[in-house]
Amino acid sequence: MNNLVPVFGFLGPLWQWLMEPLQAGFMIKAIWVSAFVGVVCAVLSCYITLKGWSLMGDAVSHAVVPGVVVAYALGLPFAVGAFTFGFGATVIIGYVKSQTRLKEDAVIGVIFTGFFAFGLVLATKIPSNVDLFHILFGNVLGISQSDIIQTLIAGGATLAIILFRRKDLLLFCFDPNHAKAIGLNTQLMYYTLLSVLALTIVTALQTAGIVLVVAMLVTPGATAYLLTDRFDHMLAISVATSVISCVLGTYFSYHLDVSTGGSIVVLMTILFALAMFFAPKYGILVQKLRRQMPQVPTV
Amino acid sequence: MRSDTFGITVENISVTYSNAHLALYNASCYVQPGTITGLVGPNGGGKSTLFKTIMGFVNPNQGRVHVDGLSVKMAQKRQLMAYVPQADDVDWNFPVSVADVVMMGRYGYMNMLRIPSREDRRQVSESLERVGMTDFAHRQIGELSGGQKKRAFLARAMAQNSRVILLDEPFTGVDVKTEKRIVNLLLQLRDEGHTILVSTHDLASISTFCDRTILLNRTVLAQGTTADTFTEENLSMTFGGLPLSSLPQPRSLPQWHHE
Repeated sequence: MNNLVPVFGFLGPLWQWLMEPLQAGFMIKAIWVSAFVGVVCAVLSCYITLKGWSLMGDAVSHAVVPGVVVAYALGLPFAVGAFTFGFGATVIIGYVKSQTRLKEDAVIGVIFTGFFAFGLVLATKIPSNVDLFHILFGNVLGISQSDIIQTLIAGGATLAIILFRRKDLLLFCFDPNHAKAIGLNTQLMYYTLLSVLALTIVTALQTAGIVLVVAMLVTPGATAYLLTDRFDHMLAISVATSVISCVLGTYFSYHLDVSTGGSIVVLMTILFALAMFFAPKYGILVQKLRRQMPQVPTV
Repeated sequence: MRSDTFGITVENISVTYSNAHLALYNASCYVQPGTITGLVGPNGGGKSTLFKTIMGFVNPNQGRVHVDGLSVKMAQKRQLMAYVPQADDVDWNFPVSVADVVMMGRYGYMNMLRIPSREDRRQVSESLERVGMTDFAHRQIGELSGGQKKRAFLARAMAQNSRVILLDEPFTGVDVKTEKRIVNLLLQLRDEGHTILVSTHDLASISTFCDRTILLNRTVLAQGTTADTFTEENLSMTFGGLPLSSLPQPRSLPQWHHE
């Protein structure tokens, strides 16, 4: 019995490392909220990376700022304001793009920074107890009960919509022309995906903050995309890397006393880098080897 | 009932893109049901635009399109129209398999959740078999050769089981063997009563399988049976007076394929 101790001796400290934060109620909350957010973001990130909407995610996340400020000033739930302004920005982006000769990235760049700047002006003028720092960088360790409820509603709605429309949304990402040819309303699907995007950002707002939320919306899907050729596997890998990053990131944030959103995204990025180098089929390493040794099978 | 309520009727279509480029003007043509009709014209002559207008992907500034007497939207809701895209329009890195793609042809017949029925599965495996892709059903689409890619998307159109099938440049980047194979499938589909419209700039193959031909350069210049339409005079008018030998002949390009 005793000679097992040196082998598994590290388990004791690890156990303690895992259990100690759970003594504090706020940590239990923070961990399961960020795990939930991790699931929601990971599921959507598969669609966003395949559709090529990363920049759109960045735009919506910044555009919610004035909505959050206005909602607090009017005593409304932050989620309502954030969703309204986030979704509203995408509608305006679509309108401006259709009415001008500008390319989409330029339109997105103009509109979202405009919304964000307006939010900054409002936040510094309207007297409220909105902490701009918390909007920008998240504050899951100090999340309030009402914020948890809003996070759960927005995230639950996101998961429900995606679950219900997952095949149509995938078809819309892959081949919108075929979607149209079989009589689907692609305009409706475009706005469905945009509103789900806005809902997800509302979900992740408290955990990651608007600056880092785009990482949670893109990185898990991008990591999974490098590891598989099947969409269902991609979903599973995306959720796994995302939840691991969110839970461990919250732990690191507690133990090292660093930003929660920051450590979650750092972990996600590390997992992405690992996938990029070591992925069995699309990894940089395998591709290098394949080039040097043509006999390595390609499939 | 007038016979031209069936087939595809294009009436006086003009399309101007937002960059003020006039792609098509006053184009009118008719695709007779149960035929293979070739849409021929130079690159940039509006073939793709006319296709996109017929499929409802582009809204014309003027004119109307009817398919079997219905508006395009209604025809699509009734699964009357299938579309085989150009290879360049497909994201070949997308994580879907050949079977997934062919199953997408059946979505219009499924309920909201798109759960395939026994019939849907049967149609998919039958279509895969007809194009000879059964062994590749679980390949990711990017792992296919040029010809296999075309056949996968043709199988999707077949699974959709629609009366009208449009194929946008189906012969670019495929070898002669695959081209023959696709042509044979199209002839079979025509004999089963499908109406087929094929855009191509491969003039050499037109007379071998197209019953009718529409010549297009910014507008419809000539149309009718291939024998009547496919004349030296009409072709030089369509291709801007260039001698036929100077036209690009994609068939002569070196082919890449692996089976």
